[in-house]
Amino acid sequence: MTTVVEAKSGADQRTGWYRRMLEIRLFEDKVQELFMQGKIQGTTHLCQGHEAVSVGAVSAIEARDYLTITYRGHGHALARGMSMVAAYGELMGRTSGCCNGVGGSMHLTDFSKNLIGAFAIIGAGLPVAVGAGLSAKMRGTDSVALSFSGDGGSNIGTFHEALNMAAVWKVPVVFVIENNLYGEYSPIRETTPLDDLAERAKGYAMPGVIVDGQDVDAVHAVVAEAVARARAGEGPTLIEAKTYRYRGHSRTDPAKYRAEGELERWKLRDPIVILGDRLGLSDDERKSLQDEVQAAVDAAAVEAEQAPLPTLEEIENYVYAA
Amino acid sequence: MSTQLESKPAGVGSDAAELTYREAINAALEDELESDPAVILMGEDVATAGGVFKTNEGLSDRFGRERVRNTPICENGFVGVALGMAVTGMRPVVEIMFSDFLPTAGDAIVNELPKYRFMCGGQCEVPVTVRSIGGATGRFGTQHSATGESWYMALPGLKVATAGTPDSAYSVLRAAIRSNDPVVFFEHRGLYGRKGPVRRGDDNIAAVGDAAVLREGSDVTIVATLLMLDRALIAAEQLAESGVDAEVVELRWLRPLDTDSVRRSVEKTGRLVVAEEQVHAAGWGATLISQFAMEGFEWKSRPRAVSLPDNLLIPYTPELEDTVVPSAERIADEVRAALK
Repeated sequence: MTTVVEAKSGADQRTGWYRRMLEIRLFEDKVQELFMQGKIQGTTHLCQGHEAVSVGAVSAIEARDYLTITYRGHGHALARGMSMVAAYGELMGRTSGCCNGVGGSMHLTDFSKNLIGAFAIIGAGLPVAVGAGLSAKMRGTDSVALSFSGDGGSNIGTFHEALNMAAVWKVPVVFVIENNLYGEYSPIRETTPLDDLAERAKGYAMPGVIVDGQDVDAVHAVVAEAVARARAGEGPTLIEAKTYRYRGHSRTDPAKYRAEGELERWKLRDPIVILGDRLGLSDDERKSLQDEVQAAVDAAAVEAEQAPLPTLEEIENYVYAA
Repeated sequence: MSTQLESKPAGVGSDAAELTYREAINAALEDELESDPAVILMGEDVATAGGVFKTNEGLSDRFGRERVRNTPICENGFVGVALGMAVTGMRPVVEIMFSDFLPTAGDAIVNELPKYRFMCGGQCEVPVTVRSIGGATGRFGTQHSATGESWYMALPGLKVATAGTPDSAYSVLRAAIRSNDPVVFFEHRGLYGRKGPVRRGDDNIAAVGDAAVLREGSDVTIVATLLMLDRALIAAEQLAESGVDAEVVELRWLRPLDTDSVRRSVEKTGRLVVAEEQVHAAGWGATLISQFAMEGFEWKSRPRAVSLPDNLLIPYTPELEDTVVPSAERIADEVRAALK
């Protein structure tokens, strides 16, 4: 599969993926530092370890396609091309943020990029993606919708309701489950009777595909195929990307519930290292890219912080359109 | 568009036609589906046999089963679908077969529709109308009889509307569908057969947030919604026979709550009776009375409420259902008590 992908996705594009994955990793790493400085408050749900899923999948859709993400959504937003300033600004509650600072970490939304929703309620984004896909179809466009959710999200009602509606109406939508093995603090097998969540697709008469979520080429390939199916009017696909969350569920979770050595084993298959190896990047090249991206991350945080806070008068206008 | 409507028997500029409340709902849906291709209607059985309560008669034949779409039984899911459609250029109307099923869509209605525009910093509009059909008197039992009208009035970002007459069914529903904000619109099943004059046309689209004075009077103000509005109008006629001149205000919108219109009425009458088919606690009646208390309004006699009992549920038992749901006589009795 990889060979085919390499043929389709040029070296430039894949170098771009490498850089974007690094950007997501270093963006997330810096969040903790900004927390300690009091520049970000509340909570955050970081995605170190998931970078190949967001970058591989989002790179498989076009600008005209719709995207819904979750509270663990910094990576997808950056993968969709949101600037780090707009993302950091949002985390800092400032007007440099994509939502003018009122949404915060869990709601990185940008309608200008068709990133139409970031949901802090488990499962809520799936029906919205179905609605976007159905609307695209009814309006006679060929746009599709891509919807991310987590392994824990596959147990809530809206997941099943959304898959059922998407299948029965042949909606152009692709559902990606990021299975990082833990729903909040609980191992997925403690709450779910399946090892492979893609099996749930059978109940909704759609293809269910399992992909290595640490392999950006593989993720891109399966999502591209599902997007092509959706665009051709053949209906939805459920994709399960097996991945791992390097950090805890949220900021205050040290993830002590994990078995000893589990994190280290997963880090041996780090998505950024895997792609770097495939691209044949030397240590020097990696170091120089790392320094370059780190400088961009640091500069973005400084720039985001310069913006003023939104005012009560401004945010009152967000409640109602009229 | 107005030309098309003018060509209808009851179109713009024509006199009001006698329609049932059900026919008025149907007319509002038809006129909005006709006027804007972005409008769609979806819900359980909405496209089959005119819908469960026959409010959608003829619509799927005329507009097709894509725009008038049957859904699986999954309220939270299909209200979420409506949200996704609304933020990508459409204007969905969703039917919830019984208001008792609204909490099934709790996340979509409480967390998604009202908060969506706010959380994204005003980047989008959310023109979703949720039609919810409820109310007692049908002998449908405890889980199919709630009006639910006040359940969602405490949610900034949402609008909440009701209709108590055929004309308001037409004009308020059209206003709800045209709103660029999410609206939960409550219909009362017990009113579907009720007839009344309806002015059909674009000049009869209600103003969002405005209550309507349906009967002018000088002695007492009765504020009501849905079936209680119908009964308040009957009570007012009975009272008139004994020389009591009641003003009847149809609240129509619970969010925004039209305290100003009610204030204008009570400034004239000095007396207020609210008639609600719900418990009084945490509802629109209590909210109105609280508002006037905070303003230090000076009453001629204390405000009164006719409502469902605070510690009872609606029984199937037909005779007992009739006892529990306030009658026109009970409303009239409360008015007389206010005048003592």
